[in-house]
Amino acid sequence: MSWTEDQPMVSIKDVHKSFGDLEVLKGVSLDVKKGEVICIIGPSGSGKSTLIRCVNALNDIQQGSIRVEGQEVNDPDLNKLELRKKVGMVFQQYNLFPHKTAVQNVMMAPLRVLKQDKSAVEKKARALIKKVRLEGKEDAFPGELSGGQQQRVAIARSLAMNPDVMLFDEVTAALDPETVGEVLQTIKDLAEDGMTCILVTHEMGFAREVADHIYFTDRGVIVEHGPPASFFDEAKDPRTKEFLSQIL
Amino acid sequence: METFFEWFRVLYDDTGINLPFLYDSYDRGRMFDGFLMTIKLSLVCLFFSVIIGIIGAWLQGSSLKWTRRIINGYIQIFRNTPPLVQLYFFYFAIGSLLPKVQNDWGGQEPLLGSFAWAAISLSFFAGAFNVEIFRSGLEAVPESTVEAAEALGFNRLQVYTDITLPLAFRVCLPALNNNLVNLVKTTTLAYAIAVPEMLYEANQIWSDNVNVTEMMLFLLVAYFLLVGVLVWVMNSWERSMKIPGYGS
Repeated sequence: MSWTEDQPMVSIKDVHKSFGDLEVLKGVSLDVKKGEVICIIGPSGSGKSTLIRCVNALNDIQQGSIRVEGQEVNDPDLNKLELRKKVGMVFQQYNLFPHKTAVQNVMMAPLRVLKQDKSAVEKKARALIKKVRLEGKEDAFPGELSGGQQQRVAIARSLAMNPDVMLFDEVTAALDPETVGEVLQTIKDLAEDGMTCILVTHEMGFAREVADHIYFTDRGVIVEHGPPASFFDEAKDPRTKEFLSQIL
Repeated sequence: METFFEWFRVLYDDTGINLPFLYDSYDRGRMFDGFLMTIKLSLVCLFFSVIIGIIGAWLQGSSLKWTRRIINGYIQIFRNTPPLVQLYFFYFAIGSLLPKVQNDWGGQEPLLGSFAWAAISLSFFAGAFNVEIFRSGLEAVPESTVEAAEALGFNRLQVYTDITLPLAFRVCLPALNNNLVNLVKTTTLAYAIAVPEMLYEANQIWSDNVNVTEMMLFLLVAYFLLVGVLVWVMNSWERSMKIPGYGS
């Protein structure tokens, strides 16, 4: 593969995606450079979650191209394992494995998928739990943790695979207001460490603070995009303005 | 011990309650052999029927149409026919088609004896129900949990063995218990192809001693206790698999 670090880490070009007759993405293009944090915002049903689910091949696309470090995702012979080693994903509903403790959740994929040595994996898992500020909760089961704590375990679980880019799919949408902050802080720590992040979010304040670039999607297309300062203060498209006026 | 056994001879002399499998060493021997045979047949069938259930439920989720059809056909055949007919079919129809082998005394004997046929027949019978039981458990695992595992790079088999099957087990254990209890009781059908299990040996004893009432009573109590032990083991297993904060 001829991908080099100065090229976009994730390159999305003219992506079309339909569920049956319903076209959800109608030609979306965007690039994410290494170390960049982008936020995708927009009304429900605008296709933003679908877009990032396509990046790690949880959804397939009908047309267009998605490249992650040069690897084409829209390819029938796609090596999903190679792709998913590069792309970590965190979900709205955390989706932890309920029968495993926090530290086991973090250890599982490196052990089973990467077949790494157990003692090294455990050491790293405990360090990651500490990094997401959950020291002391290593042996708690997901059912014993709050939503915010579960979501931070989910972030640690994803980081354990050493991804190059992280996808966050409305990760605070299911949380109590008081726990949203702790999860956002964890993501902010990550962004400051230089992790490439693609976030779908409704947290406008957070987007403004951490994002390098904001994309606004509506009805399957990117309506407007730009750096946060100009995007939030000088939105031009009427649809963007209307959305922002409702949400801010 | 001998005084204990002799007490039952006195009981017979005094009251007419005839329990020769206690006071008569020959009857005691064959009753004990029958008991061991029932245990052995039960354990073999329990083990293989659960294995068939696990593998069958996995194949049922296959993307290959014919694999799914074969599994569903197997379930229909074994669920919609009486187990006694199945047993006869295996023993007399398939058994007679297999080549004969020479035994140690130079005589001809069937390749598989009655115990092997009973084990095969009853394992497939209970296995068919187990496939459906496991499927119901698998369907209770949220799709999003599976997606989280896929996003971490788990392949389909790893998702099954590490995530969905352990979770499904916990959901379907009550139904599995029922089927396995039924299986232990169904081992008495092996009597019909002369597997020397408990019912068979009891029949031998009542034929010799004309103590049908006592033997029937004994069989009821023996199976009640045997199944009671199984239920106790399964319930302890169910308790030990409980996850804090998950399920009821």
